[in-house]
Amino acid sequence: MSEENTSSNKDSIQNVIVIALGVCLFCAVVVAGSAVALKERRVENKALDKSKNVLIAAGLFQENVTQMSEINTLFEQFEQRVVDLRTKRLLTAEEAAVVAADNKLNFSEYDQRKAAKDPSLSVALTDAEDLASINRREHYALIYLLRSEVGIDRIILPVHGYGLWSTLYGFIALEGDGNTVSGITFYEHSETAGLGGEVDNPTWKAKWQGKRIYDDQGQVAMRVLKGSVDPSSAEADYQIDGLSGATLTSRGVENMIGYWLGDEGYGPILKNFNG
Amino acid sequence: MSNVKEILFGPIFNNNPIGLQMLGICSALAVTTKMSVAIVMCIALTLVTAFSNLFISMIRNRIPSSIRIIVQMTIIASLVIVVDQVLGAVAYDISKQLTVFVGLIITNCIVMGRAEAFAMQNPPGLSFLDGVGNGLGYSVVLMSVAAIRELFGSGSMFGIEILPLVTQGGWYTPMGMMLLPPSAFFIIGLLIWALRVWRKEQVEAPEFKIGPHTAMSHS
Repeated sequence: MSEENTSSNKDSIQNVIVIALGVCLFCAVVVAGSAVALKERRVENKALDKSKNVLIAAGLFQENVTQMSEINTLFEQFEQRVVDLRTKRLLTAEEAAVVAADNKLNFSEYDQRKAAKDPSLSVALTDAEDLASINRREHYALIYLLRSEVGIDRIILPVHGYGLWSTLYGFIALEGDGNTVSGITFYEHSETAGLGGEVDNPTWKAKWQGKRIYDDQGQVAMRVLKGSVDPSSAEADYQIDGLSGATLTSRGVENMIGYWLGDEGYGPILKNFNG
Repeated sequence: MSNVKEILFGPIFNNNPIGLQMLGICSALAVTTKMSVAIVMCIALTLVTAFSNLFISMIRNRIPSSIRIIVQMTIIASLVIVVDQVLGAVAYDISKQLTVFVGLIITNCIVMGRAEAFAMQNPPGLSFLDGVGNGLGYSVVLMSVAAIRELFGSGSMFGIEILPLVTQGGWYTPMGMMLLPPSAFFIIGLLIWALRVWRKEQVEAPEFKIGPHTAMSHS
């Protein structure tokens, strides 16, 4: 075929259709192939990332643990429980199984974030209720319990709320009394790196350790201050240093705690642990 | 042979995609706060540019000119999706930090620009090298910007502490500005200035001249 011939054929209707279909078909096969081939790894990574964050919040994660099997072994110590956020009850395994069957859910693969967007699995919040600015709240949450011989050692609760630019997703770990914080971590957010993004800073996260959420009246007293906490203050136990240059992110974190650990969130459940 | 060298290394200083062609600035602003993230972005972009050039060049004589942009986009988009999938599978943490920016390689002007300007006229081998070369040119700028931003913004390089931060008991107060997107604009601007002081031929002729002052004073 001469050069001239190709160029005149090139723009014919047949060639346009052939090339368009051919390229699309080929690309579709490549994209679908890679998606299918890598799906397992991606799903695994996601689950692993979540387990890792539960461990980090609980303070059980060591930097040098990178092996999937090790993380899974550590994670297996936790007991996963389902919370019904409408009735504010911790469901027993049987109840959870009934809920799972009713809603065609599988709690071992339950995606809480997806559920919050699904009208059948979540409820729209009114402005007055929506302290954490999350618009919709899922009906069911997965919490993790770590038991020791004496009782419950750690309670790990998933939390999320809006900061400045984005919704922050994380876990907060409480000690067995359901009041003392043992750790907090965020596994996803898009706050400004270096300012609001400092929620990831290990030094700041370490400040949460040993702080208390509820005051003597059982109200959420936890505040993220503007500036630093005065250690001599009577309230110091309930206060965290704000992140400098990130007032709105700090406020978002405070509201998140206020919502999820308050009466609308896990508050009533935690009180039952106490009593 | 010298031709190959020119195609591969030319884009680094002589014809830098960011410095001279002014392509791909958007991602250079977004992913340069940390060097480890920036280098993954560089590798992803270099691979996409090289392979999209290769595939487009292979079928360049069959692509009808009426739908050539669509064909190029389809190929580029497919490659980007594959890269995104691979990153999610092998480097999950980094891919989480890159978020949408891997996907946005599709709209990166360097990839499209090289496909249209080079791969459509040149054989596959050279086109592949052109893609690698432009990827390298992009990487040089991106890594320089990331190095400056991470060093002065977080006091570290590749996450390793260089300047001990005040917040961790050291002496260095980080420049918060460096972590915000505008700082990348300033750094890229300064880099382009430096490049053009060194390579005078890259200075463009002014598009217009300011005329002499003609207003008359009322006497």
